[in-house]
Amino acid sequence: METMAISRLGINALVAGVLALGAPTAMAETPKRGGILTYMIPADGGPSLDGHRETTFAVVHATAPFYSVLIRVNPENPSSTTDFVCDLCTEMPTPTDNGLTYTFKIRKGVKFHDGSPLTAQDVAASWNKIVYPKPGVASARENNFVMVDTITAPDDETVVIKLKYATLSFLPGLADPFAYIYSKKKLDEDMHWYEKNIMGSGPFKLVDYQIGQSIKGERNPDYYHPGQPYLDGFVAIFAPKQAVRTDAIRADRAALEFRSLPPSAREQLVKELGDKISVQESDWNCGNVVTPNHKRKPFDDVRVRKALFLAIDQWKGAQALSKIAIVKTVGGIVFPGSPLAATKEELQQMAGYWPDVEKSRAEARRLLKEAGQENLTFELLNRNVDQPYKIIGTWLIDEWSKVGIKATQKVVPTGPWFDGMRSGEFDVALEANCQNVVNPIADVGRWLPHAVYRENYGFFDDPEEVEIYDKMLKETDISKARILMRQYETRINDQAHQLMVTYWYRIVPMQSYVKGWKISPSHYLNQDLANIWLDK
Amino acid sequence: MYRYIFKRVLLVIPTLLGAAALVFVLMRLVPGDVCVVRLGSSGGTFDPKAIAQCHAELGIDRPVVIQFIDFVWAFLRLDFGTSMWSGAPVTTEIWARLPISLEIAILATVIAIAIAIPLGALSAVKQNTWIDILVRVFAVGGIATPSFWLGIVSLLIVLNFTSAVFGTPWMPPIEYVPIWQDPIRNLAMAFLPAVTVGYRYAAVSMRMTRSAMLEVMQEDYIRTARAKGLINKLIINRHALKNALLPVVTLIGIEFAFLIGGLVVTEQVFNLNGVGRLFVQAVQNQDYTLSQALVMLTVTVFVVCNFFVDLLYAWLDPRIRFS
Amino acid sequence: MVTTTRTLEISPDDVVVSRAPWTRRLLAFFRRESLGTFGLVLMLAMTATGLSAELIAPYNPTANDFGAMMDAPSWAHPLGTDQFGRDLLSRIIYGARTALIVGLSSALVGGVVGLILGVGSAYFGGRTDLILQRVFDVLMAFPLIIMALAVVAIFGTGVQNVIIAITIPLIPRCARVVRASALAIREVPYVDAARALGYGHTRIILFHMVPNVMAPFLIMVTAFVGQAVLAEASLSYLGLGVQEPVPAWGLMLQGGAEEYAATAPWIAIFPGVAIVLSVLGVNLFGDALRDTLDPKLRHR
Repeated sequence: METMAISRLGINALVAGVLALGAPTAMAETPKRGGILTYMIPADGGPSLDGHRETTFAVVHATAPFYSVLIRVNPENPSSTTDFVCDLCTEMPTPTDNGLTYTFKIRKGVKFHDGSPLTAQDVAASWNKIVYPKPGVASARENNFVMVDTITAPDDETVVIKLKYATLSFLPGLADPFAYIYSKKKLDEDMHWYEKNIMGSGPFKLVDYQIGQSIKGERNPDYYHPGQPYLDGFVAIFAPKQAVRTDAIRADRAALEFRSLPPSAREQLVKELGDKISVQESDWNCGNVVTPNHKRKPFDDVRVRKALFLAIDQWKGAQALSKIAIVKTVGGIVFPGSPLAATKEELQQMAGYWPDVEKSRAEARRLLKEAGQENLTFELLNRNVDQPYKIIGTWLIDEWSKVGIKATQKVVPTGPWFDGMRSGEFDVALEANCQNVVNPIADVGRWLPHAVYRENYGFFDDPEEVEIYDKMLKETDISKARILMRQYETRINDQAHQLMVTYWYRIVPMQSYVKGWKISPSHYLNQDLANIWLDK
Repeated sequence: MYRYIFKRVLLVIPTLLGAAALVFVLMRLVPGDVCVVRLGSSGGTFDPKAIAQCHAELGIDRPVVIQFIDFVWAFLRLDFGTSMWSGAPVTTEIWARLPISLEIAILATVIAIAIAIPLGALSAVKQNTWIDILVRVFAVGGIATPSFWLGIVSLLIVLNFTSAVFGTPWMPPIEYVPIWQDPIRNLAMAFLPAVTVGYRYAAVSMRMTRSAMLEVMQEDYIRTARAKGLINKLIINRHALKNALLPVVTLIGIEFAFLIGGLVVTEQVFNLNGVGRLFVQAVQNQDYTLSQALVMLTVTVFVVCNFFVDLLYAWLDPRIRFS
Repeated sequence: MVTTTRTLEISPDDVVVSRAPWTRRLLAFFRRESLGTFGLVLMLAMTATGLSAELIAPYNPTANDFGAMMDAPSWAHPLGTDQFGRDLLSRIIYGARTALIVGLSSALVGGVVGLILGVGSAYFGGRTDLILQRVFDVLMAFPLIIMALAVVAIFGTGVQNVIIAITIPLIPRCARVVRASALAIREVPYVDAARALGYGHTRIILFHMVPNVMAPFLIMVTAFVGQAVLAEASLSYLGLGVQEPVPAWGLMLQGGAEEYAATAPWIAIFPGVAIVLSVLGVNLFGDALRDTLDPKLRHR
């Protein structure tokens, strides 16, 4: 049984390896024009249509095809963490003024779908809405741009962004896939207009939106990237039930979904459809976090927290779980593979990553005994989503039982899950940590204490940690930044504040006639469909 | 009779009010905050300013009693407010999803009646024969089988069967088109869910038909008819079935209102954009206005159905009709 | 000729209907109701399985075995394993216990509370009756699953809350039926006689009215067990019922079952079969019970 499973996985890995990430030169075919792409969005639809205000991928998957952005991760190389290209600008600027000023030249001749011209004024207005939202307007990623001082458009073709201090985390932040460029005219009329309406300058124009059901677009003939979009149009269907999505791909009711399907779906589709299915896989800039509530006894004791981490065998666990859940790689607080991430050797020094699990668990038991908590019992607060939350939760409870800890799961829907964490009414929580563009320095901000980063639910204080982070934020030399990052991560682990458990893994099976799309570590990226074509 | 009708109408009001109060209280007891859910989905960030703003926008920072009075008053004016999750009017949200749910409910009813009455009557007439036993097991099976399990298994069977026989697997469409636009596609989508929901509905109706028929067949006038030598078939069709139908119709009327319970789960299985699925979403998103409106809708349908059934009884029962 | 007259002292407690010995009635029942007996056998099987779970289950139902994930049925695992490598047969056996607990608790508590409220409502009549009726109307206007959903959303998930969530909608349903029967009994003269004799309300309710509504009550309770098991399955399917890693049939059908339905169908099929058989048994038995106890249908 096991050997069969492994050899099946072997074949899949081979297939995946041939088709997968980071190989922009692999496609030598010429794109064909025409056809309608039908895909599914694994959610019920976001609350509003305004990308600036929302955080769920459902909004991106539904609306990104209609909009342009200023800069973005290169759609031909989306798994790169450093390859940013222009969408609306003409070339990537070099920062002047000691890294404090970025001057962007905006393309000429870009039109909104209603015919009005797009100028630097629209770009500046949209970005000001994101960074300096007016009262009553919500901007979900405001915090990512605290380094921005001003955004101005001195003329119709230039946008100037001035920073308060130079930092490595600005440019990746600017490539935010939610940062749609809206029409200044519409924004002036009504700041909330884009919450219920769609009107952009992207590769597709809105045809129809049926609440909770589907959204349809057709080619924008005035699109400024030559030749694109190849598709005549697209249909996106909201389909929150996973079994339905897998069946739909199997029966070609839809070509794919852009988030991720679990390994079982991949196996099933490959087995049944053979070469009619191609699969792309990638590490994902998402993971689960074990967060003990420092305000609750006995989790105020660093020994107890450390014991929790030491009990977990991440290496073997990730390997086994990767067969049934969308997880794979073990990593620290930085996305594995990026320049600032810990190497395997560095990881293995930290609690929760020891290569010798028996030693690790013995140490855990010793710490528990020392702290007087041999019979520790508690509740793990978890979210009511199978992949991978509940699976990870079930696995963690089993791991903890191996050092004598008796934990149970309290699984709640998203609302009470947030509520429990925000109010501090939990023992240990299983959180999610999803970032969009890989922006390591900004991404690790979420490990800062609650007083600095409000959404950290560990409820601890650690001035030393904050100090290291501040230095790192303002450091422009990447090798020095890496040293500081190691210090930062080691500090967090020494104090056993929170533990990252298994990075998620994206598996995107699709009908093999879908070409042009390349997977990336983030399911928010590369969703405007402009470079997709159908080989049929 | 009119006094009876008037009294029944009067009874409807406190029931609806009581239901409204219960719904209101229940929704507010549910822990969680719609603004939090809305602004922070998967590890995203949100700030307390935005949340306070959201609260004020939605009016959930006002005293509870005021909110309730507002709710009832608005309900009377048929103004159901806006969904707290999406900001769209509740009527729009529900209206967009009503067609598919209604279609499945009606289809399920048709299927149920088409199966239940003939089979139930047959089972009663051939009582204690193997036909009776078969029908009874079939009926109890319908009550014992979880509708979502039936849905999962039936989808599996359809997929595997078409794959084996035709080479390519076929599954019902996942995108809804109204019946007047593309009737075949529409029915292809609605058929399997309707059967899944209808099976239980048919089972309950079948049992009721059988027991009602059995009771009627004991009646003296049937025995008299038999003694007179009338053909059995005539007796059944003309006399027994007609009189047995009254409790059956009652049951069908009442069960129709309960269909929404089956829809809640079935729409998940088949990925249907219906009212049942909307309800689950609304509860999960802590969307008070939407959940309230949906539950009130269900309750109103139930109460109205009951009311009409009572009216039917009143009309058919001479004691009340002629009083 | 001497005539002796004796006054027959009849007290309300003596009013009893004569019956054949219960053993003979039981045998007659088995003979007549073949389906009902089959149902009873299924019910007893389920109960026995649930009670003796520790003794007959081959594995620990919550032990993950990452070396044997999603194994097809084999000698080592007669019903296969699920996505965590847990033995399906053991989980189904322990699941019977959870089903028993949820089913019996909800049915009994709901039934008993409904019984008391229904009989009380009929007995006291007047304003109490009116108010209680309205309350029942309101509660019954909510489909069971929606009511249960709301309760779970408020109190949270888990076995205890699921039991509460399912019990609450069952109470008015039982009360309604019981009240209808109790109303008939209330009119019987001996109740008035008992009152005249000074018997307290409680005694009359418990010793006179309740025994005579036993028939519909028992029928309702057996129906409830089936409905409770199904309701638990539906709630767990929606993710709002019993939670991992507790073995429960409805929970086993959620997530894993659908996800792996094509590659590992046994995960979806066996728990469903277990549910169907249990509820089938309960309903068949309940039907037979009703056929026996309902005087209108007795002469066939």
